[in-house]
Amino acid sequence: MTDENSVLLIIVLLPFIGALLPGVMIRGGRTVCATFTSLPTALALLLLLLLAPAVMRGETVHASLEWLPQLGLSASFFLDGLGLLFAGMILGMGLLITLYARFYLSGDDPMGVFYTYLLLFQGAMLGIVLSDNILLLLIFWELTSLSSFLLIGFWSHLPEGRQGARMALVVTGAGGLAMIAGMLILGDIAGSYQISEILMAGDAIRASEWYLPALILILLGAFTKSAQFPFHFWLPHAMAAPTPVSAYLHSATMVKAGVFLMARMWPVLAGTDAWFYIVATTGLVTMVLGALIALFKDDLKALLAFSTVSHLGLLTMLLGLGTPFAAVVAVFHIINHLTFKAALFMIAGIVDHEAHTRDIKRLGGLRRLMPVTFVIGTITALSMAGIPLFNGFLSKEMMLDAAQQTEWAGSQFAVPVLATIGALLSVAYSLRFIGHVFLGPVRSDYPSTPHDPAFGMWAAPALLATLVVLIGILPVVIVGPLVAVAGAAVIGGEPLPHYSLKIWHGVNPALVMSVIAVGGGLVLLALHSRLDRIWNALPRPEAKAIFDALVDGMAALSRDLIERSHNGAISRYLAILFAATVALGLVAFAGGSMGLPSRALLPVAPPVVVGWVLLIAAALFVVVMHRHRFLALVVIGVIGLMISVGFAYLSAPDLALTQISVETVTIMLLLLALHFLPKTSPKESSTLLRLRDAGIAIAAGLSVASLAYAFMLRDVSTISGYHLANSYEGGGGTNVVNVILVDFRGYDTYGEIIVLGIAGLVIFALMEALLKGPAAQRLRTTDLSDNRSRDRHPLMMVVATRVMMPIAVMVGIYIFLRGHNQPGGGFVAGLVISIALLMQYMASGFAWAQLRQRVEYHAMIGWGVVIAGLTGAGAWLAGKPFLTSAFGYVHLPPIEEFELATAMIFDLGVFLAVLGAVMLMLYSLSRIARSAREPVNAEPMDYDPTARGKATRKDT
Amino acid sequence: MEFVVASSIGVLTAGGVYLILRLRAFPVILGLTLLSYAVNLFLFASGRLAINMPPILSKYGAAAYTDPLPQALVLTAIVISFGMTAVLVMIALAAFLEAETDTVNLDRPGNADAPAKEGNSA
Repeated sequence: MTDENSVLLIIVLLPFIGALLPGVMIRGGRTVCATFTSLPTALALLLLLLLAPAVMRGETVHASLEWLPQLGLSASFFLDGLGLLFAGMILGMGLLITLYARFYLSGDDPMGVFYTYLLLFQGAMLGIVLSDNILLLLIFWELTSLSSFLLIGFWSHLPEGRQGARMALVVTGAGGLAMIAGMLILGDIAGSYQISEILMAGDAIRASEWYLPALILILLGAFTKSAQFPFHFWLPHAMAAPTPVSAYLHSATMVKAGVFLMARMWPVLAGTDAWFYIVATTGLVTMVLGALIALFKDDLKALLAFSTVSHLGLLTMLLGLGTPFAAVVAVFHIINHLTFKAALFMIAGIVDHEAHTRDIKRLGGLRRLMPVTFVIGTITALSMAGIPLFNGFLSKEMMLDAAQQTEWAGSQFAVPVLATIGALLSVAYSLRFIGHVFLGPVRSDYPSTPHDPAFGMWAAPALLATLVVLIGILPVVIVGPLVAVAGAAVIGGEPLPHYSLKIWHGVNPALVMSVIAVGGGLVLLALHSRLDRIWNALPRPEAKAIFDALVDGMAALSRDLIERSHNGAISRYLAILFAATVALGLVAFAGGSMGLPSRALLPVAPPVVVGWVLLIAAALFVVVMHRHRFLALVVIGVIGLMISVGFAYLSAPDLALTQISVETVTIMLLLLALHFLPKTSPKESSTLLRLRDAGIAIAAGLSVASLAYAFMLRDVSTISGYHLANSYEGGGGTNVVNVILVDFRGYDTYGEIIVLGIAGLVIFALMEALLKGPAAQRLRTTDLSDNRSRDRHPLMMVVATRVMMPIAVMVGIYIFLRGHNQPGGGFVAGLVISIALLMQYMASGFAWAQLRQRVEYHAMIGWGVVIAGLTGAGAWLAGKPFLTSAFGYVHLPPIEEFELATAMIFDLGVFLAVLGAVMLMLYSLSRIARSAREPVNAEPMDYDPTARGKATRKDT
Repeated sequence: MEFVVASSIGVLTAGGVYLILRLRAFPVILGLTLLSYAVNLFLFASGRLAINMPPILSKYGAAAYTDPLPQALVLTAIVISFGMTAVLVMIALAAFLEAETDTVNLDRPGNADAPAKEGNSA
């Protein structure tokens, strides 16, 4: 990778890395925070300027990292003229907004959070304009939707903020989804997801029968993002955001993402009738409609929002015209709109900040009170109106020129007339902004007496206003080369059209239209108060009401569907699940083929028959007698026992050990739980229901049995040969099952002990919550004494368990130590020792035993996982992958030679986690007993023979 | 022998499925236990059956071993199904203590499988 390439990657990454800074730096104060926020932006801008000369020469900078090549997804970026223009705008505006927000946000606002969101957004936006892969572009596209959601809803205590944020997310998110589909189609037609390759395949794409669906889907994404009619309504509601956000997202960057996308795809998608009629018409309608509504908005930010909608419509229309000239004009207008509109938003923010209102009807006369703000506001508003000497004039003239050359459905006049009307309305609302806010007499009833803000707050808009004037007077010098290189990138390989960036083009149709627009605008402004009354009296569709009704309707529909299909009858879902599984299995079986049996049957020894009969009988007994819960539970133990014996017989000693110890713990747990549950189940399902269930059950049983029988008679090739061959040399153990667990498939085991630990903690948390709720009250009043034995802590049992304890622990340790080479290991050892402990608890009561317990079970689980994890990580020190084990043999006379393996430490972790989890589960159960007022005994047994004849011991 | 194992798997599956479709939490847990046995046996059987061939490497020359991999998988499955059963038992217990009934279905109109409303079923 060359230096240039890595520079481009760094530019993309900088905002994301920088997003970590503000949250930390806010501790140093707001100025420090703002400074550190501007650092990554400034650095990225500097790097961009380093790459700029090459791009201005017409070169393209590429950078690429392989990501998921199977999906055609790579992290590839490129910088051409269009990318340079947008990246420069995003980073430059980012700097100005950081400065402005430092002074705009009050001390109560969490500024660190704000700057973090801002940098995240900036990174996402940069990603969009620099991506060379449409899948990557889509990811960044969704990221802008998400980060703008956070920014719009930044003042989350305001309902408008939350609603506006949600609306923006729904509209742009839905558009984004449509666009994903469109982009996938596009990539499919072009045979590549690389933008630079798609741009080469324009002819093939336009000729494809999938062109129209792809076009519509992609345009849905672009139109929603760029607030085109009829999706324009979210933008005014997004104005609930803090003004720096509005200035950044809703004038300069995010809403231009749709325009950017249309410009990026222009060489591929433009030039067809479909493109012209969809894009140009939508743009034209949006332009006129936005300008019309803007004229009658009293809220300064709403006025600017609809003006933005209108100007986005203008850009869309220009791109929609499909001529190279119009496309270049669009590029030029993107620059101009950025400069004046961002400044205007900042001015609106300053007015709001100082006068505490942005209602135009309550303002006026600010010219004398805020002279600096007035000058900046006037310059930028005049540019928005398209008055000569300001940059808005130049691009508006060129726009009108492009419009008057356009024929729409056979009509010579439709486009020019509508464009002129749009321009006329634009003049009217721009002049209203100046006239009704700054001009007129000074009032005495401002909510707060306004004055010019600190320099830091007007510095950013002043800089933009300077640009407005400079571009307005010297367009060729200031932006000529940039427009040329970005325009060339938009129109693709075609030569640049003839155009000239100058103020005086002579008397031409565009000038005439412009004069009409200014004159008409002045007339409209003079008539404004009268028109305003008429406008307010007219019935108008309220977009928010329609949107809310739509959302409510969808929500009601989903709720209805859910309540019908998901009605809380779990038995029904399960019946459907089992029946469907059996049916799918049968379908698959019917569609497949099966070879002849290749294995001989193993002989059946007489004891096996006895075991089999016991197992089948026990299973049937459980099913028939399941209402008598206690009986069923005891008989389940028989089944478990038979299965353990079966494992032992069928060459699986490890499984037999595990099964029998798990069996013991499970039955004990169920018995303890049954203490608090009803002892019988009522007979409540109808005969029909039971027949249905029996049918499903028998079908499932038959299918599984025949499947098992079928594959047991056939050979299969497995990977087990590898495990058998490498167990000793590679893993250092002769018990292959244990070596698989702690070495070959150590990851699985590591995950498993974590799951087991989580299960223990879940039970603990569940009981904690339960005993704080109404259940605790109920438990205190429940009388469970009927279930209790008269002799709760029998002498014989206490003595026997005490004697058993050290033996059981020794057996546990023995099983643990031999695990690597003989049946056993951490799992079984953990279970054996927990059974030994359980016996103590059962003999003398949980509270008594608990007092003698020194280690926290939570800690035991934690240490278990940590030890296993560290052992695994230790392999890194030796330069091996995670969980690689090492082992060696030690000979210490007089003991026989023995082995030490890191796998053993891993197994120790397993042991601790299993022990901790099992004990934590039982501890949680005992807490229920305690809260059910079960007496706590201070003595190990109820009747203590040694106490006979002595004085009465103190009772508790 | 294969028939013995297959028929055991079948009976355990059928019993488990039937109990899981009952309307009370406790039989459902019993059913899950039976089904876990069946699934573990089934997985184990996928390694094919062998008698007197445990996968413990012998020091004395070449010997035949059964397939160790399904055994390792089943061992994990046994322990995991224990954890799952424990969590389920606690949830059932908590639900019973909170709601005073241990039915598994919500009592809603139009819910054909739901039992008639009643108090403590003990």
